Amino acid sequence: MKAQDTLLYLDGVSVSFDGFRAIYNLSLVLQSGEMRAIIGPNGAGKTTMMDIITGKTRPDTGDVYFNGEVDLTKHDEAEIALLGIGRKFQKPTVFESHTVEDNLVLALSGPRSAFSTLFHRQSKDEAERIREILDTIRLHDKRDWLAANLSHGQKQWLEIGMLLAQDPKLLLVDEPVAGMTDAETAETAKLLREIAKTRSVLVVEHDMHFVRELDVKVTCLHEGTVLAEGSLDFVSNDQRVIEVYLGR
Amino acid sequence: MITQWFFSHVDRRGGIVITLLVAIAVLVPLSNLLLPATSPFHVPTYLVSLIGKYLTYAMLAVALDLVWGFCGILSLGHGAFFALGGYAMGMYLMRQIGARGVYADPVLPDFMVFLNWKELPWFWYGFDSFWFAALMVLLVPGVLAFGFGWLAFRSRVTGVYLSIITQALTYALLLAFFRNDMGFGGNNGLTDFKDILGFNIQADITRSLLFATTALFLALAVFVTSFIVRSKLGKVLVGVRDAESRMRFLGYRVDRFKLFVWTVSAMMAGVAGALYVPQVGIINPSEFEPANSIEAVIWVAVGGRGTIIGPIIGAVLVNFGKTYFTAAFPEIWLFALGALFIVVTLFLPKGILGLYGTWKSKWTDRTARNRDAVLPPVAAVRSGHTPIPEPQAAE
Repeated sequence: MKAQDTLLYLDGVSVSFDGFRAIYNLSLVLQSGEMRAIIGPNGAGKTTMMDIITGKTRPDTGDVYFNGEVDLTKHDEAEIALLGIGRKFQKPTVFESHTVEDNLVLALSGPRSAFSTLFHRQSKDEAERIREILDTIRLHDKRDWLAANLSHGQKQWLEIGMLLAQDPKLLLVDEPVAGMTDAETAETAKLLREIAKTRSVLVVEHDMHFVRELDVKVTCLHEGTVLAEGSLDFVSNDQRVIEVYLGR
Repeated sequence: MITQWFFSHVDRRGGIVITLLVAIAVLVPLSNLLLPATSPFHVPTYLVSLIGKYLTYAMLAVALDLVWGFCGILSLGHGAFFALGGYAMGMYLMRQIGARGVYADPVLPDFMVFLNWKELPWFWYGFDSFWFAALMVLLVPGVLAFGFGWLAFRSRVTGVYLSIITQALTYALLLAFFRNDMGFGGNNGLTDFKDILGFNIQADITRSLLFATTALFLALAVFVTSFIVRSKLGKVLVGVRDAESRMRFLGYRVDRFKLFVWTVSAMMAGVAGALYVPQVGIINPSEFEPANSIEAVIWVAVGGRGTIIGPIIGAVLVNFGKTYFTAAFPEIWLFALGALFIVVTLFLPKGILGLYGTWKSKWTDRTARNRDAVLPPVAAVRSGHTPIPEPQAAE
């Protein structure tokens, strides 16, 4: 397959840290508008893969293309974020000493230079978008709360809201339901399916119930490379996947 | 219209402080110049200069708080920018002496004649003009901070490593300015000033005007800081302070925001130094001492970092203490300062202003519970079901 027709294209990517091979010959293709779930045991390289896509880690070898033409290995975190790749971290990282609303204001797409932010005044359009996002993530009544005072689940939701505010073409979501109740997990699956209607999403998750609820193509990583790819049933019947998960 | 614009960029506390500073800028000189020395409201000239000096320290503290309290950049070398601004002003004041120096050379300052220099070094050109010197007060610290910050922030030097290299910066400048052949008066620095803008620098009226100027510039610094921290840029800075890499993943060029606020802060410190020198009458390399910069950090910590008026309170209180202690018990001052820093770090992480906030919320909590207690039906129903919560320390 050629890089031109894809949203995200990783080919033969490898990276090692002090001799430890975190990613080895990883190839992955994501189409525009697709949602993909990435599974794999601890240490399979899921988070490192996200680090490579978002510019935090440079691969030793291999190609990483966004939108078929942009070489992501040549850009830093801020540039990649502006290209339209948003990332949600495993541990919710919201700005704790800011209010819920200010967290969204910071994430909202728009000019990012020092001078434009110094003289920035919120437009009606922006206020409207923030209101919409607050509705979507159900934090409308907590808009003036400091983010530090939110519960764990609410912080996860706020972070998803911040991703929406960034208005990215591709969302990278790292373990969105870790530490959530069953009800919150089901809600989050619903929310992600809603988001995937208009953008591409890459979800890393351990929780198989959640992956089943997402109902999308699954890629299983092991020791930094792709072990199996296909529907969840196909992947979970693969002999090697079973070995990896259940131990040898 | 202008007042409306003004008040939309400061909070209530900031507005009060700016109003107070403008008031003392008017009242203190008036009392010094017009009231007889016997009046209880007369402010003697030595006190005018002393408070004026405190206010320049307060301005340095505001500048430091802008980078440390709001952006998390702990500078242990902000005294360097203060001293550079001071030297720029000192060079102007030296040139104003003219032929009235000991050696009566119309162009060369005394120390250059003493060192057998034949002509003025190129970097002293232009300092006979006040406006050129005023420009240098901003430009020299600004350009140094820009260059330093550009290298440091682009290479993502943060935390304690950045603090250490700021300390190295001020120490390197200290050593350089000690050298006679640098052309800045070496060990003795610049002193013996005669007049500023044609006014005799020793006269009461000049001292009062310098005081008023300092108070007004401090008010301006408070306004600029409020403007920055209340803008969206200020929210970005706090975001950088609390979660720098998250800010990058949102698409902000963190290094540029740091560079902006760092340069603004250095220029503010330079102005403070320029106002300091004519009021104390001397500038020498000891102003670059790392200990001075660390003391400035203590002022901010004591007053409350991340607040706008905390640093002013901290700078004035600690320096008042220093003036008193170094006269009454000179040998224990450094112990007192060290103890103060430990106490503040351990028990008052948010400084004096944080303490005030805790008292205030405790008081509101108690009044709220008292109010509930005088409403018997509600209180009865409540106490039947839920235990009365223990008073909690505010966060």
